[in-house]
Amino acid sequence: MDQELRELYQQVILDHNKSPRNFRKMEDATAKADGHNPLCGDTIHVYLKVEDDIIKDVSFEGKGCAISKASASIMTSMLKGKTVKEAEELFEKFHKLVTGKLGDNPDLSGLGKLAVFAGVQEFPVRVKCASLAWHTMDTALHQKGETISTE
Amino acid sequence: MNKAETSVTTNSSVYDVEKIRSDFPILQTKVHGKPLVYLDNAATSQKPVSVIRKAEEYYSKMNSNIHRGVHALSQVSTEAYEGARIKIKKFINALGKNEIIFTRGTTESINLVAQSYGRANFNEGDEVIISEMEHHSNIVPWQMICEEKGAKLKIIPINDNGEIIFEEYEKLINEKTKFVSIVYASNSLGTVNPVKQIIDLAHQYNIPVLVDAAQAVNHLPIDVQDLHCDFLAFSGHKIYGPTGIGVLYGKVNLLDKMPPYQGGGDMISTVTFEKTTYNELPHKFEAGTPNIGGAIGLGEAIDYVQKIGIENIAAHEKELLDYATEAVTEIPSLKIIGTAKDKVSVLSFVLDDIHPHDIGTMLDFEGVAIRTGHHCTQPVMDRFGIPATSRASFAMYNTKEEIDILIKGLKKIIEVFG
Repeated sequence: MDQELRELYQQVILDHNKSPRNFRKMEDATAKADGHNPLCGDTIHVYLKVEDDIIKDVSFEGKGCAISKASASIMTSMLKGKTVKEAEELFEKFHKLVTGKLGDNPDLSGLGKLAVFAGVQEFPVRVKCASLAWHTMDTALHQKGETISTE
Repeated sequence: MNKAETSVTTNSSVYDVEKIRSDFPILQTKVHGKPLVYLDNAATSQKPVSVIRKAEEYYSKMNSNIHRGVHALSQVSTEAYEGARIKIKKFINALGKNEIIFTRGTTESINLVAQSYGRANFNEGDEVIISEMEHHSNIVPWQMICEEKGAKLKIIPINDNGEIIFEEYEKLINEKTKFVSIVYASNSLGTVNPVKQIIDLAHQYNIPVLVDAAQAVNHLPIDVQDLHCDFLAFSGHKIYGPTGIGVLYGKVNLLDKMPPYQGGGDMISTVTFEKTTYNELPHKFEAGTPNIGGAIGLGEAIDYVQKIGIENIAAHEKELLDYATEAVTEIPSLKIIGTAKDKVSVLSFVLDDIHPHDIGTMLDFEGVAIRTGHHCTQPVMDRFGIPATSRASFAMYNTKEEIDILIKGLKKIIEVFG
């Protein structure tokens, strides 16, 4: 496989695509949001359980490409236990990473597993795939505290 | 057996695909270090060198605004522009050149009919029939005018092969039906619709029919008098011509009665602040300076297609489609979406759980350009319960070797995604 392509489809990404973590509906979510990528018709639902400003649980459902699914899966595994502010900060740093705004030798500290998405910056059309779950999570966060109907 | 099939034996020996490929400079391009395998022809076709040179010739030797100019260049450009109209008239066998209206493309052609014919003729409670396999450009313009007029859009459903269910069409058509607009060949499924039968039935009720020929004009011989269609729309760029130029064919008696679509220069006869009288056909529908270079380029593209022969192209493409359809049976996890009996050279498919966008990105690194997504036919995707497909579409310059590269690429993807 080409080097650039290998950077995009790292083993961790392929693994999370095949067996996504926290891939379930959450009945007792305190916040949720739907994300849609009109470019490809993909949809994602993100569920959050926020208590005392801490993300107690996070899960997702939906259809998407390997990049978007792996991104959602890794996001859920990383956000659990984080404060809302920490989640927002992580999103900001992740967004800078995939859009290439961290520069040529990016400081990947604090990104943990999310560092595998560094290759996305070489594929501008795939940035939306990588960030869809995060945008959806962010939307859900900003309605935190509201009671969400379970319909 | 259709025309395309019969001509395989008679003409395949003279069909020189390598010679044709040498006429298309872009086919020499390398992508990620690999030779370009361009299989995204249903989105847009590549341009032969004659069309590229024509654009250069126009802008370097003829450029001038058409009509009413008394100077030499204006006469040259007017002749070339109107000459292109005559080429198109002959190509689709229209009765007269005043039935050929230049537009920006299929989308604008359909909008023109919806906004002009539709606004003048649709009333509350009227019905417009389209099919489930329409491109968004043959859905939204009708939705817009139906909403405005209180008319209803009725949809002919399709079966699991991606063919329209004719009996359902027969059930939908009634005295409330005011218009039928149908795609000739589906961009996402490849299905060729029985447009002649569809038109015949509509005409029994005196209902006009528009044929969206965007994906047909480059694959099938089209004779508007034989089809008896009332309107036919196509785009230049799908038939090896420039982007930004397209055609609306309309029967003269219908076009004559229709109000103008846009107001402006060239579409008028006289203008005073009290009253404007409109120009005659086709100029009534060509407000403003048109895409002169584009129209001339389209004329050149049609010359090129006719030189190769549309029947020969159809035969070659059918061979490619059959070869590809057979080749993908080697991949058990691949499912073809669109298995109609009569198809143009479009192969839409899904590959188990591997998302089309991942397929598209990975194939790109093999130099293979395909399209992935909903192909502007979201209702088709909904019908098959999928968000997207991968689509390989073949043109006159594609080869079986290129299909082999596609198949090899797909097998590699399956290995990676396991």
